[in-house]
Amino acid sequence: MALQQSQQQKPSAAEAKTANTSIPNAARNPSNDEPNKKRNATRREVLPAGIVGTEGMNTVEREIPADEPPALKVNSSLAVIGRSTPRLDGRLKVTGKARYTADVRLPGMLFAQVVTSRYPHARIRSIDTSLAERAPGVRAVYVLDRVLGNAELRDKSKELPAKFPIVRFAGQPIAAVAATTQAEADDAARLFKVEYEPLPFVVDEDEARKKDAPLVFPGAADQGGTAGGGGGPQGVTQEGNVRGPVKSGPRGRPAGDINRGFAEAEVTVEGEFRTQVQTHSALETHGVVADWKEDGLTVYASTQGTSSVRDEFAAIFKLKKSQVRVVTEFMGGGFGAKFGAGNVGVIAAQLSKKAGAPVRLMLTRKDEHLSVGNRPSSIQKLRVGAKRDGTLTAIHLFSYGTAGTGTGAGAGGPAQNMYKCPNILTEEADVFTHAGPAAAFRAPGHPQGCFALEQTIDELAEKLGIDPVALRDRIDESPARREERRLGAERIGWSRRRRAGSDTGPVKRGLGVAQSIWYRFVNMDSACEVRVTQDGSVEILSGVQDIGGGIRTVLAQVVAEELGLKASDITVRIGDTAYPAGPASGGSVTTGSITPAARNAAFKVKQQFLEEVASALGTMPEYLKLGGGQVAVFDRNPNWSDGDRQGRSYKAAPIKSLSFRQAASRLKTEQIAARASRSDDYEKSRATYGGVQFAEVAVDTETGVIKVERVVAVHDCGRPMNPLTVESQINGGVLQGISYALYEDRILDRNTGLMVNPNLEQYKIVGSRETPRIEAILIEEYTGRSSTDAGGIGEPATIPTAAAVANAVYNATGVRVREMPMTPARVLAALQSARGKGGVRS
Amino acid sequence: MSKHDEKEKQDAGAFGHVTRRGFLKGAGLTAAGAAIMENGLLGAKDAAAAEAEPVVVGPGRVPVTLRVNGTVQKVQVEPRTTLAEALRFELGLTGTKVVCDRGSCSACTVWLDSTPVCSCMTLAVDVGARKITTIEGLAQSEELHPVQEAFIEYDAMQCGFCTPGMIMSCAALLNHKANPTLDDVKQATSGNLCRCGTYPKVFEATLAAAKATRKGGE
Repeated sequence: MALQQSQQQKPSAAEAKTANTSIPNAARNPSNDEPNKKRNATRREVLPAGIVGTEGMNTVEREIPADEPPALKVNSSLAVIGRSTPRLDGRLKVTGKARYTADVRLPGMLFAQVVTSRYPHARIRSIDTSLAERAPGVRAVYVLDRVLGNAELRDKSKELPAKFPIVRFAGQPIAAVAATTQAEADDAARLFKVEYEPLPFVVDEDEARKKDAPLVFPGAADQGGTAGGGGGPQGVTQEGNVRGPVKSGPRGRPAGDINRGFAEAEVTVEGEFRTQVQTHSALETHGVVADWKEDGLTVYASTQGTSSVRDEFAAIFKLKKSQVRVVTEFMGGGFGAKFGAGNVGVIAAQLSKKAGAPVRLMLTRKDEHLSVGNRPSSIQKLRVGAKRDGTLTAIHLFSYGTAGTGTGAGAGGPAQNMYKCPNILTEEADVFTHAGPAAAFRAPGHPQGCFALEQTIDELAEKLGIDPVALRDRIDESPARREERRLGAERIGWSRRRRAGSDTGPVKRGLGVAQSIWYRFVNMDSACEVRVTQDGSVEILSGVQDIGGGIRTVLAQVVAEELGLKASDITVRIGDTAYPAGPASGGSVTTGSITPAARNAAFKVKQQFLEEVASALGTMPEYLKLGGGQVAVFDRNPNWSDGDRQGRSYKAAPIKSLSFRQAASRLKTEQIAARASRSDDYEKSRATYGGVQFAEVAVDTETGVIKVERVVAVHDCGRPMNPLTVESQINGGVLQGISYALYEDRILDRNTGLMVNPNLEQYKIVGSRETPRIEAILIEEYTGRSSTDAGGIGEPATIPTAAAVANAVYNATGVRVREMPMTPARVLAALQSARGKGGVRS
Repeated sequence: MSKHDEKEKQDAGAFGHVTRRGFLKGAGLTAAGAAIMENGLLGAKDAAAAEAEPVVVGPGRVPVTLRVNGTVQKVQVEPRTTLAEALRFELGLTGTKVVCDRGSCSACTVWLDSTPVCSCMTLAVDVGARKITTIEGLAQSEELHPVQEAFIEYDAMQCGFCTPGMIMSCAALLNHKANPTLDDVKQATSGNLCRCGTYPKVFEATLAAAKATRKGGE
């Protein structure tokens, strides 16, 4: 099951954790249960359900844990949640005072540099560290005895024993040095003498598939279970460098019989699509400051998972988890590649242990490109069969791609899960190459899968003579995407879309559409503590980290809503394993996982607050109401004011009111606090996120330059908690999608195995001048799944962009570009090839 | 940022008496690591003498005086130390970020007088008497610069790592163009890389800040 699931959904590390940790709340934290309460007591609760503004908007009754708060109303009835709220840490970020890992400076801190391999494949004969050790300022050197991230041979005896780890990609870390200054560390790193025995290598996935290709692993290999977020299913058959293919389909298994499906088809469309390797290129590189002390290890880490980093450090250094503390105040981008201790963390901790001082190791930009993750490439052969009315009869995807020395290059998610079709088979193979291992990257497998699937559906629509939006209305069962297609088509003016290649001049314009699919994952390791102090101040604490999505602000909103305060009244302390465990931010799980814990904790502390304040005022807790920073005191239960409950017809008015602060001063002790964990979703059936994007492009057929002029991105994320920051994430998803579609490409030289563009000027990323007008539209969808009913947005927002751009390019030119990045050269080649066939009007 | 007089503008225009290329060219002719000083290190007064007879400094640490955010700071740095490194490691001004370390992302943007420059491509010894403004010095005590205010209001940030450099570029734009167009803002930030993809809100915020500044000035 675990195998099928990871194959099916290509989740990040968070999903694997989720699957293993779906334990009932009461069983996990028995101490949290009040002794007199029955375990797992539940009650019925009616919650909002459906999409606001559509006929489907309704309610749903759920069995929920008895101690969880009452149903949260829809956003329009709330004071703080669902309102656009500027980031609470905005001031720190705009003044340069936000402290990132790269900014941490501890007393006596040393600086480290890594020695990496110049060869893509080699055995290391010897490493002479003596010169480096004697270099000015050097305090410690370290030679790696193990490399994390690469897949590992299942049977170690297949390879000759080696004194040092075999080098399998250029840029693989070999050794490291710590010195008093960065310059001294950089100088000393050049003084290591490494004697290599270079071996044959292959960096091209097409070459690597050939029978006589140099082998990356001399036997079957699996990617170890690190917290790195990469990897695919274990134990897959392997021949040469090719692992798999793994056969799958909807919910992890092939569906129906594709041969029958294609036999039933009246129309068949097929094509081959290629996508490139993309590097994460977070602005803050992977890095830590590791401080090894007798009583434990403290690590400041640029990470998406304080807890997953702690777990890996504890495992590697054989420490108790309680002896490892991981702190991430601010972090400069991750996008899926930053979950574990990794080689970077291990190196820094080893150096710190040796030197007896804190050690800072931030990777160089070059190493960031080479060694800490990337999005695998894909070569996808996709075939879709349909009836004349558009009904799909069969989908068959065969794909291979390279995750370098890692695994997990599948791209089957969209083909498996987007459309209703009785016969679906995906076959996904990994091809090992001598290149840095992949890592989870914003919706693993999905942007590449959509590039193939959504272009093929577009082709099918044209072949059937059905509008692409109308065809999707027929074959897509998602109510969210139906509404999103309607809203998006209206906003972009889909009715203006013309026949493909209609423009007669050299610059041709067109419109395209593509869809997203992602899955609702929940990380059960999500806990919060909320404290109220006698001076009226309120704090929330959680280990969860803010990777830029804005969870810090959303947590404050949730607590403020519950306590009738403003978001800015709440102090948020996060990003530290000293606080209650938070989820790793991968798989778009953060908001959906942690906000219910925050609300549950705020609700608990509120109950205690009201009890103590009521007792001090000589009244009943039910007669108090929080709101607008005030505690209103009634002479009866104000919830009866509608008169419909007890048949009373009066309107309750408060008899007096005191500020939250005044009320807090009546608490019996200095501080009250409550901790709550995530309970499992109220409804456990599978749920997905949608998203539909429309792109408008201009293609210069003389230069081959594609300009994306406008994108309308319509998305759902359950209950939108902070529309302002959700919009930012949608903008980011769209821009990363455009960047992937048109510019980014990790280029490896076949003759040397070296990356030729390991920087930020030749590795091209979308910039301000290429940024189109982006209109983000959010729908509000309720599913009654948790005490906040929040979901995720990070991944769905980037999945369909490249496909939407490609479809718009086709609509503009009448020519399909099936390979990314869609550079001017590829556009011109596609135009040329079509001209040869008489396919382009000019 | 207060107004600069003509003299300072000229100084800003003269930026580049010692370019990195010039430095490297000179350094290549001398013993490894040594730097030829043509200007700057010892301040304007010594510049003329230095031009007449190049002063060789380094490879060890040399004293440098930096005028940062209205203060005068004396630091000891190797001649190869970039301004970004001096700000971050010697002066603890870590708001200035280093991302690419070769002038292709502008995360390290600071102002020398009123000119935005990449501090990773500027040697600390080359700054001379020019006034350095970093992100920490943009706000007037507690009052944020209008661009900073607008960045918060419009959410022109996600992870925030590009934000200081982005703000320094946008604020510099408003210094010389009170009424910028969208295209001006795109141009001003064309060197600033944001991996989270926050550009649309950077544009909105900067145009809003310009509008607010114009209103405030009336």
